[in-house]
Amino acid sequence: MSSNPNESAGPVTMMQAPLYLQYRFTAGTSSLSFLHAIKRGRLIGRRCPGCESVYIPCRGSCARCGVATCDNIELTDEGVIDKFTVVHIPIPNNPIKPPFVVAHIRLNGADNAFHHLIGEVDNDKVKLGMKVKAVWRPESEWDYGLDNIRYFKPLGGEHD
Amino acid sequence: MTDTLNELPPLTQDFELGFTYTRSLGPVLSRFLTGLRDGQVLAARTRAGTLLVPPPEFEPVSGASIKELEPVAAEGTVLSWCWVSQPSSSAPLNKPFAWVLVRFEGCDGAMLHALAADAKEQVHTGMRVRVRWAPERVGNVKDIACFEVHKQ
Ligand SMILES: [Zn+2]
Repeated sequence: MSSNPNESAGPVTMMQAPLYLQYRFTAGTSSLSFLHAIKRGRLIGRRCPGCESVYIPCRGSCARCGVATCDNIELTDEGVIDKFTVVHIPIPNNPIKPPFVVAHIRLNGADNAFHHLIGEVDNDKVKLGMKVKAVWRPESEWDYGLDNIRYFKPLGGEHD
Repeated sequence: MTDTLNELPPLTQDFELGFTYTRSLGPVLSRFLTGLRDGQVLAARTRAGTLLVPPPEFEPVSGASIKELEPVAAEGTVLSWCWVSQPSSSAPLNKPFAWVLVRFEGCDGAMLHALAADAKEQVHTGMRVRVRWAPERVGNVKDIACFEVHKQ
């Protein structure tokens, strides 16, 4: 047996067991269309040849039909709030200070939705079905991602 | 849009998904890891009288709760092994080593851990090994830095 200065420190009751998984994501054909478009400030969805559902961000296959999606469809940066939540708990390393609204946004002409932030409105004025429009970052900051959009804001007049 | 795949350069992105778990240990593993911190290997004593390292919380056959733990020698025998010629960055040793299944002296069960060895030729089933303690211990299985060849 070896000696240890911690011996008087009392029983060990907890154990840290962190798990870190390193991934390298390679965009497939449909994600590639979406990402190259949003780099240029455009929003591209993909349509299912069976049920005609439009997915944005693009999916390589239709969740309903299981078949490969085919056509690229350009969408506007306007849509509706499908659902939302008010975040009150700070997220480590996240510069956004709570409380803030995260919403599931379905763009006009799309059949799925994605998460984004809601801005330029009081949290308690956000409603389901509210019409919203993207507020983009300056073009010089555009990269391959949805955070080229800073947040979505209500379309005028809808929230008063 | 008429982008075709041929015109679009591929895009890749590295990212890390982290889960910063802290778990509570319960009565048996608390005592086992407290023992490791204090430089002692504790075995579970079953009602049939056998000793198990690492200690389970319940007896494997009867399902009864483990109540008794007792110290055993920090040495044992290699039951099985696998040589790692190219350790990953998260491996317990930063040079080639063996993963070994060690049965502690006088015990049943076996512990999976790393064995420090200079070459694959040094490792064989049935060889005697002993614990190499970590210089600083906190109450974790890594308090056993690795096993090392036990020359008698
Ligand atoms: Zn479909």
